[in-house]
Amino acid sequence: MNAADDRGGPAQPLLTVRGLTRHFPVRNAHPFDRRRSVVRAVDGVSFDVAKGETLGIVGESGCGKSTTARLIARLIEPDAGELVFDGEAVGRFGGLALKSFRRQLQMVFQDSSASLNPRLTVREAIAYGPQVHGLSRTAAQDRADALLERVGLAPALFAQRYPHELSGGQRQRVNIARALAFEPRLLILDESVAALDKSVQAQVLNLLQSLKAERGLTYLFISHDLNVVHYLADRVLVMYLGQVVESGPVEQLFQAPRHPYTRALLSAVPATDPAHRTTASPLQGDPPNPIDPPSGCRFRDRCPQAQPLCAERAPLMRVGRPGHFAACHVDPVADAQADEGPAPLWAAASGAAA
Amino acid sequence: MATLTTPLPAAEPAPLPSAGRSRSYWTMVARALRRDRLALASAALLLLIVGGALLAPWLAPADPYKASMIRRLLPIGSPGHWLGTDELGRDMLTRLLYGGRLSLLVGVLPVLAAFGIGTTVGLIAGYVGGRVNMVIMRTLDVFYAFPSVLLAVAVAGALGPGLANSLIALTLVFVPQVVRVAESVTTQVRHLDYIDAARLSGDSALNIIRVHVLGNVLGPVFVYATGLVSVSMILASGLSFLGLGVKPPEPEWGLMLNTLRPALYGQPWLAALPGLMIFVTSMAFNLLTDGVRSAMDLKR
Repeated sequence: MNAADDRGGPAQPLLTVRGLTRHFPVRNAHPFDRRRSVVRAVDGVSFDVAKGETLGIVGESGCGKSTTARLIARLIEPDAGELVFDGEAVGRFGGLALKSFRRQLQMVFQDSSASLNPRLTVREAIAYGPQVHGLSRTAAQDRADALLERVGLAPALFAQRYPHELSGGQRQRVNIARALAFEPRLLILDESVAALDKSVQAQVLNLLQSLKAERGLTYLFISHDLNVVHYLADRVLVMYLGQVVESGPVEQLFQAPRHPYTRALLSAVPATDPAHRTTASPLQGDPPNPIDPPSGCRFRDRCPQAQPLCAERAPLMRVGRPGHFAACHVDPVADAQADEGPAPLWAAASGAAA
Repeated sequence: MATLTTPLPAAEPAPLPSAGRSRSYWTMVARALRRDRLALASAALLLLIVGGALLAPWLAPADPYKASMIRRLLPIGSPGHWLGTDELGRDMLTRLLYGGRLSLLVGVLPVLAAFGIGTTVGLIAGYVGGRVNMVIMRTLDVFYAFPSVLLAVAVAGALGPGLANSLIALTLVFVPQVVRVAESVTTQVRHLDYIDAARLSGDSALNIIRVHVLGNVLGPVFVYATGLVSVSMILASGLSFLGLGVKPPEPEWGLMLNTLRPALYGQPWLAALPGLMIFVTSMAFNLLTDGVRSAMDLKR
């Protein structure tokens, strides 16, 4: 169904994000303090999402994952940065209009109950979107019923219900159906399964996988659960304090992480084997205040390998094995391959922060 | 984890007796309301009072304006005057029935007007947010700084005496209060994910407000506004007392309460009758709206 919308062919990225930045001004605690502070929630984030892939975004709380998602969906206006959707600049004159961009991009949020209007029945909630885009009421309701069936909720039993009459897992299925009713090409899953218990989570993940294969969808999967990302994602993006620190194919990144932060994240995943259980915390301290991040590399004050250089200059994104990028001064892989590897595509990604 | 091809197990239906039956939101509200005895009793009482006011010319035993110097301040239970007579010898029952007309009018009309205006302004302030919100809310804070009685007197005094002007004055008193409630509820709703989801649908702001915001804001604002009906009746009686609202000999509960004040020592029960009517009416209003509110709340 998405073939009609496709224009650039399979080689063109579905979504290109360049230099996405959003700083939130904050009021100072002291009323006479006239200095203006900003939280650098998202600071020069760049990446591509290839057609048909699942890109996982991981990182600890407050690193800007969700803000990135909302910036992409234009729920928050970015301060700077470019969005290109299948070759068309989003929201620019002559480019892709915001309304048709939003039809092709949908989001499923974390809080399944807050993302459904309590006054609309499940059927009305799902049929609302297509009606905005010109489908007749009956056609939209037929589509809603078909989607309910598809996500495993019998329309006869569920279509007339209100959100509060459903369980969390059922509500999240409704949210998925609601997003799919637009027939989108890119689905942003913002911690969509984080609030569900493990068995329901597995069901919803499997549903997402089969829907993706069936409809040729592309996922942007945001999560702090590395196991889930490992299961679902093709490629992973690691964020730290509003910046991308590493990205690469999922197996490569999980097997051979190059950024010390990624290594710390991975070692924080609880081991299932008691022999490998550790009690030591992989990272010391809290993430630094994004109002006043450390100079140079933002990770340096928590990094076990930090060197004087790290305080002076922000590391650039450097490629290691094909498709595997990391922004770290002490990463040996990039040094070894720096001369032979392709030129770093994302030199601007973290260099702008200096 | 299971493989991708595993068929999805059908989600278990929640245990719900009415599952699958077609029912709209308002039929559910009506059903819940029918189970609420207190709300039903209040509704019946209000119906009685409103009916008495509307049908006063046919129900009243006497002429509400006909005074009698020899029958002044007859006690409750006097023959021919079941509820006694007032300080000018007019039949109390008659005047209480007729008084309901103006009292309900000054109680309900300003609140209704303030509800309409206040909800609209509050929705705009809450949904748009930012600078627009600040300008609207800070402007209304100026009105908020005055006690409502003082504000009502000031506005009514500036506009001049008369029923219409006192209605306008009372509306002006209630608008800022309604706006504040509507704005705070809208702001809460506006930051919920389903509004973001609706914005992602690409729909216009007006449609999003109409479909997704309004329905979730109207309930709390309505409940708050109905609580103002009793306040409005009392404020209106205060205006009447100062000669800015309803003028004697027009029967109106608040005005009657004021003119009967000197009789409080001789005939306390008689003098309390108009106050009792105000009390019963406003309590019935409050209990009914309380019932409506809990019936409208789906997540009980």
